Amino acid sequence: MLAQAFGPNSIAHHLEVTDWEGAISSAVALLETDLRVTSEYLAEVLAINQKLGPYFVVAPGIAIAHAAPGIGVLETGMALLRLEESVVSGSNNDPVRLVFAFCAVDSDSHIELLASFAQVMSAEGNMNRLLNEPDLTIIRNLLTS
Amino acid sequence: MKVYAVCGAGIGTSVLLKSNADRVLAAMGVEAEVQAVSIADAISAESLAQIVLITPELQEQIKGIRSQVIPIDNIFNLEEIEQKLTAALS
Repeated sequence: MLAQAFGPNSIAHHLEVTDWEGAISSAVALLETDLRVTSEYLAEVLAINQKLGPYFVVAPGIAIAHAAPGIGVLETGMALLRLEESVVSGSNNDPVRLVFAFCAVDSDSHIELLASFAQVMSAEGNMNRLLNEPDLTIIRNLLTS
Repeated sequence: MKVYAVCGAGIGTSVLLKSNADRVLAAMGVEAEVQAVSIADAISAESLAQIVLITPELQEQIKGIRSQVIPIDNIFNLEEIEQKLTAALS
């Protein structure tokens, strides 16, 4: 299920130093490359970040950028941007090194997907492995196998 | 017991939080119904949850709710979730 959610172009490095909003934009752009969202979705994600603050920085160094289902979403998907230089979001979990992006077509079809994702991320040692692993193929295997 | 896992949209962070809270509560042997909801729904809900799990950034916005509010710093840390739920339920 996670293997389907992460499209072919969905896991990438970001080499340029950027700010928090730039990091969100680049992560959401990966969803757009894989035709999971249209350009409208980024505006939704940035708006929610402006309105509610960086609440989607959910663990030390790890963010999951997302907006509500619907607007700008073509297909449920996930992406991961690994920042070469971490950025500051304003969350207690700063600095952010991994920016996941997530989009859902409706409010219930992705529940199992996120449950699998939570399981992978919560497994002992996996978070540190992801934070410190530079090889994207290894990262993809860890997330999707 | 009813528990709300809360996030801004009610579909991403809250679902992850619900998923881990379900696992922790099951391991603790606590019977609970955990619902993932948006912050707006948590505030306006007719039936009050005993416990609200939330990310710290949103805590300020839910102030005044009569549930016991538990901020979770790391939603992937099952130990943190278990410790805080154990403390809340004891």
